[in-house]
Amino acid sequence: MELHKIEKLIEKYFEAATTVAEEEMLREYFSKDSVAPHLEQHAPLFNYFIKAKEERYTKQVPLKPRINYLKWVSVAAIAVFMVGLYMYQPTPAPVTLADEYTQEEIESAQEAFALLAMNFNKGTEQLYHLEEFEKTTNKFLTKK
Amino acid sequence: MKQTEFLNIVLPFKDKLFRMAKRLLVSTEEAEDATQEILIKLWDKKNKMETYNNVEAFAMTMTKNFCLDRLKSKQAGNLKLVHSNYTDSSTSLQNDLEAKDSISWVERIMAELPEQQKMVLQLRDVEQYEYEEIEKLLDMKPTAIRVALSRARKTVREKLIEKHNYGIA
Repeated sequence: MELHKIEKLIEKYFEAATTVAEEEMLREYFSKDSVAPHLEQHAPLFNYFIKAKEERYTKQVPLKPRINYLKWVSVAAIAVFMVGLYMYQPTPAPVTLADEYTQEEIESAQEAFALLAMNFNKGTEQLYHLEEFEKTTNKFLTKK
Repeated sequence: MKQTEFLNIVLPFKDKLFRMAKRLLVSTEEAEDATQEILIKLWDKKNKMETYNNVEAFAMTMTKNFCLDRLKSKQAGNLKLVHSNYTDSSTSLQNDLEAKDSISWVERIMAELPEQQKMVLQLRDVEQYEYEEIEKLLDMKPTAIRVALSRARKTVREKLIEKHNYGIA
């Protein structure tokens, strides 16, 4: 390409009057090694633009289908609930003691409870003395 | 809309979004986060996407607005200024290094430009958009775009020459 033409284009370039095609011609000219010495100062500019266009975005973008998530959780919850309902069978509660235990067992249990109650009452009778003790201490406290 | 369908629409221009975000936010990490944010926003709106006549322009405008908001917000105080790491895959010739250095100067000079000039220069000279597209994306008048572009190009040229001479002197 004639040098004269390139010089004209550079002039136009700095006045922002060049077209994309003309700028492409300038890029091409400056990317070669045979740049005229007096034009060499412009070379870094065009070479930088070429280089800058090569930069790539390499990160992976996490594109999750966000909406479906909640929907499927509710479906799963309902399913679990239905299965639970289906499996649930109320076990009949034992109606009377006689159904579960023999007569002997009941009697021995009653005997044990009677013994326990008797001893318990003995203990509470002893506690009555404590009350007496409290009365006398209160006397002292109120006097002062 | 399926994920693959969405990706087919988005993939051709996701790099452009990233580069635009990086131009404005400078930091690679910030730009990656911004791009991810924009793509997720688009994904959420995927059902409306058929009604947009130009998804790319829409996404680009979203990115622009998002980044400008980021810059305005208080969080922007935490933005790190990180220069990109150039891959030096070639020989260690002195000439080569010098050339690389002046190329990376352009990036640094561009980072100093006002936001609007940055965006115009990015869209025109890096992404090679037509003027009509830039008008729509940035919501600017054609003359304003040309003025901003000319100014940006001239500033970069002047500063580049300045740095170059400084290196020699």
